[in-house]
Amino acid sequence: MKITILYFARIKEVVNYSSEDVVLPEGIETIIALKSWLSTRGETWQKLFNGSGVVRAAINHELVDDMATMDEGDEVAFFPPVTGG
Amino acid sequence: MSAPVYLKISVQPEDFDTGAELQQLKAATPQAGALVNFIGMVRDLSADGKLDEMVIEHYPGMTEAALQRIAEQACQRWPLLGIRLIHRVGSLAAQAQIVLVATTSLHRQAAFEACAFMMDYLKTEAPFWKKEIGDFGERWVEARATDEHAKQQWQKNNGKSPT
Repeated sequence: MKITILYFARIKEVVNYSSEDVVLPEGIETIIALKSWLSTRGETWQKLFNGSGVVRAAINHELVDDMATMDEGDEVAFFPPVTGG
Repeated sequence: MSAPVYLKISVQPEDFDTGAELQQLKAATPQAGALVNFIGMVRDLSADGKLDEMVIEHYPGMTEAALQRIAEQACQRWPLLGIRLIHRVGSLAAQAQIVLVATTSLHRQAAFEACAFMMDYLKTEAPFWKKEIGDFGERWVEARATDEHAKQQWQKNNGKSPT
């Protein structure tokens, strides 16, 4: 399954890019699974998803929780808790 | 069913003229007996010292969808006539205007409550992120637990004011 991942704000600065297209291995279907998979990329990623900071997720512009499932072509976004207004 | 609610949402780097915006909203909803508005501004002081600039990042596409959804929720809970929502993005100087939320209704209570409701939801659901730049360097603003609490009060009170 191929998806696009976007990163925003502090998280964009930590991973050092704003978007990427990735092909997920078989079995990576939920946000929590995606986070675990990305965590295997190294210490930066491990800290990002398993550290003290909260990482929110959206699929196709909708806020979702960790158990949400992704589909082919989805736009997934990771960002810190929002601070507008 | 009553007339559709006048709804206008903008996400823009440019400043806005509050007087002109409120005139437009009044003109678009001539039945209104009440108009309430909130303006959020950049403070000249952050927790860490004097602030020179605030940079607001957002998620184009999702931002507009989130604001639309928040406005629709407000329309479901209160008998509103009109809503004007503007949120700025990009680089803003100290004391600049950030956000305008304006509501009109027949009577004041709906306009007051819906305006507060939309701000509380915007603070916790719309994908904006603020970075402060000043003599302390630069830092991302942390989300406040009190903002989340304010939103949750609306969920408990189901349409009533969160007192």
